[in-house]
Amino acid sequence: MIKLHSNKNIITSSSDAPLILKITKKYDLPKILRSKRALLVDSVTDINAYDGFDMVISRNKLDSKVHNVAYLSDDLNYLDEGDIVRVTPNSSDIRVLYRVNASANFLFVTERCNSFCIMCSQPPRDVNDGHLVEELIEAVSLIDIGERELGITGGEPTLLGDRFFALLQAIKSNLPTTSIHVLTNGRTFADPLLAKQISEIDHYDLMLGIPLYSDVSHIHDFVVQADGAFDETIRGILNLKRHSQKVEIRVVLHKQTYDRLPQLAEFIGRNLQFVDHVALMGLEITGFTRANLEELWIDPLEYMDKLSEAVEILARFKIHTSIYNLQRCLLPRHLWGIAVKSISDWKNKYYEECDNCAEKHNCGGFFASSDIKRSDNIAAIK
Amino acid sequence: MGLSNKFKDLESYSEVLSDGYQLLPFAFHKISPDKYIATNIVGEYLTVSRDTLKLLVNGTLLPSHPIYNDAKSKHFIMDRDSDTALDLLALKYRTKQHPISEFTGLHIFVVSLRCDYTCKYCQVSRKMEDVDKFDMSEETARKAVALAFESPSKSIKIEFQGGEPLLNFPIIKFIVSESLTLNIKENRVLQFVITSNLTFLSEEVLAFCKLHNIYISTSLDGPESIHNKNRPRPNKDGYQKTIDGIRAVQSELGKDRIAALMTTTSESLSNLEGIVDEYVQNDLHAIFLRPLSPYGFAIKTKQVEKYNVDKWSNFFKQGLEYIIKLNRAGYFLREQYTSIILTKILTPTDPKYVDLQSPSGIGISAVVYNYDGDVYASDEARMLKEMGDEKFKLGNVHTDDYIELFSSDILLDTLEESIAESAPMCSDCGLITYCGSDPVYHYATQGDVVGKKPLSFYCKKNTSIIEHIFELLEDPGSRKVLESWVL
Ligand code: SF4
Ligand code: SF4
Repeated sequence: MIKLHSNKNIITSSSDAPLILKITKKYDLPKILRSKRALLVDSVTDINAYDGFDMVISRNKLDSKVHNVAYLSDDLNYLDEGDIVRVTPNSSDIRVLYRVNASANFLFVTERCNSFCIMCSQPPRDVNDGHLVEELIEAVSLIDIGERELGITGGEPTLLGDRFFALLQAIKSNLPTTSIHVLTNGRTFADPLLAKQISEIDHYDLMLGIPLYSDVSHIHDFVVQADGAFDETIRGILNLKRHSQKVEIRVVLHKQTYDRLPQLAEFIGRNLQFVDHVALMGLEITGFTRANLEELWIDPLEYMDKLSEAVEILARFKIHTSIYNLQRCLLPRHLWGIAVKSISDWKNKYYEECDNCAEKHNCGGFFASSDIKRSDNIAAIK
Repeated sequence: MGLSNKFKDLESYSEVLSDGYQLLPFAFHKISPDKYIATNIVGEYLTVSRDTLKLLVNGTLLPSHPIYNDAKSKHFIMDRDSDTALDLLALKYRTKQHPISEFTGLHIFVVSLRCDYTCKYCQVSRKMEDVDKFDMSEETARKAVALAFESPSKSIKIEFQGGEPLLNFPIIKFIVSESLTLNIKENRVLQFVITSNLTFLSEEVLAFCKLHNIYISTSLDGPESIHNKNRPRPNKDGYQKTIDGIRAVQSELGKDRIAALMTTTSESLSNLEGIVDEYVQNDLHAIFLRPLSPYGFAIKTKQVEKYNVDKWSNFFKQGLEYIIKLNRAGYFLREQYTSIILTKILTPTDPKYVDLQSPSGIGISAVVYNYDGDVYASDEARMLKEMGDEKFKLGNVHTDDYIELFSSDILLDTLEESIAESAPMCSDCGLITYCGSDPVYHYATQGDVVGKKPLSFYCKKNTSIIEHIFELLEDPGSRKVLESWVL
């Protein structure tokens, strides 16, 4: 498990404005290419060699009082060539926006949201954070061509309106071969114009991951704590498909959603058979889930029959389905084939039981937050 | 316990449900004394007791009732909390009815009426001589192929029938090559099927079928005794020739290239397992349990009267039971008629089977070009003609063009009358989405294309089969097998 953020750095610069910088270790980078680059060094030595870089980042503490140097907190020691960071000098803050070696990179674009899901892993806040997307648009222009996929997440990214589309456009023009995966609640696409607008980006591989928690409106609306959300999400999906956009349906499995899982699968098959993917996802014990743990937690083993049935139904409708975030030892063998190692590397872990497990290399393991709560039925597979 | 106080509970999101609900279109059908199925126009269904059905229909089903959410999810009812039901129903209805917009996909070419068999139930075949009189000519074939490609359908299936089509193999080759040439420009999904008794399955025929990916369909009525009794060939070797043919196709073209059909006669009724076993023994994985059709020689020889509906449906049910048992024991064998109905019950699509569509599929799903250029609305329509009734003849390839044939009064009028939704009894039948209409059959047996359904073998047969399928779906073991048959 690694940290993507630290405010324990020592930064010898007084600038207020955050800097978006791409890490490089190449001393000899031609001067013309040094702007927006931070030179990563083990310790600060030859000051003259740093000329032209926007910043120097040093792994060793305070070896000199040179200006414009960030002395890295140990948490961020892993930073490497090509990674992109946001450095806010006056608060000693460095946030990692993009890692070359990450299993998946998600661009976090806003904390604002029009839903308030009872298990939200990223509790929304009504703040004015429009600067985030601008920083990310800048960051995108620094990413090396060839990145396989970028995720976009929030909050609800589409609340950014035109700036959301500007970000998509920036990714498309800077990184033409990169797939985009947007996590959205889909509600804003109930407006056909928005669906049309996204289709006009004309991206070759853009997927919209949209949660649907029940086959009936009142339960879905309850889970996302927003009246009318079910209808908006359904209309959103229909509008997006009318404009030939790729749509993934995401279902988080917990005490309030597991019971009608087969019926939800049937509903998707009957009404939304044209979706491109369905992800059935285990619960992450973070954000609001912690506050509502009693009402959300159920040992996955208890819903396995329902999950199995739902998977069978979706298969009958020939819908491509995956299981995320569930440990292999909880899944019946016939579901192993669709269980994906889905947990991002930086928050992924295993427990003692896993040490002797024959399936560890295929198993997605746990969220780091599983320390708080995890299945009682974890046992090494022989 | 409970959600943290920032959140509202499920009850507060369900309050508006107590305002009641609106019924969306559905019908119901009793399948056993206290069991009803309610079905809607897109083929979704609910299994309910009589009491629950009453509540549902009277608008008094409470949100707390175990069936409430199912009824809402499947769009039988709509409450004030959501108004997407109509959009979704419309979308699903369009999906179900989509095949109509595709128009005619199956084009049957009767390339020869001659046959080496003298089957008791055969409607149309002629003696072996008379080559000139009963074989399709190149001129006729060329015109028929051109008509087939005038159909807007994205996929075109050309099926060769007879008599015995292989008796006129040169014209089959001609038609295949004409179609392939046309298809260079047309770019349709093109498929060929030869329906044959396999007597004349030569090396040449096999090589040709291999080259052009041609499917073979044949008749296998059961074990030797039944097969040869139903389907006599002068040398009494019909069964052996059929089996040899099936084996040859399986080994030369592949197992998936051949399917067989069986026709039920009075001899079959007592030999059910033997018939099914014959299919297993020959490594066939699909069987079509078909009743005798009322046409041609079948009527003349009184073969249809020999068994009534009940006998036939008992036979069918027992057959299905045995077939399911074989499946559960590990041998995959699909009963085709059941498959078609199951696809209508369990999926959002329609398999486009001529006799289970409303409007009927005659002319618009399948059409027949007879050896002499006459065009018929269906295979049964040309059988009727062989009995002297040209009612469903749409015209002739030599005198009529596409528009004249496919907008002929007889086709349009019949299609209009074949819309089950407006036919007496069907209009409020709970099985209507899984059934359809068969105007040619009703005309042949009752002199009227709509037909009186209480007197109709078609209606009785479908009612009992569909009811039975619903019973089977209730049993988890059978259900699993049936789900694997969905097309
Ligand atoms: S024991 Fe650990 S590694 Fe093995 S399947 Fe379970 S969670 Fe995965
Ligand atoms: S034919 Fe009979 S079973 Fe079919 S829809 Fe009409 S009434 Fe119902």
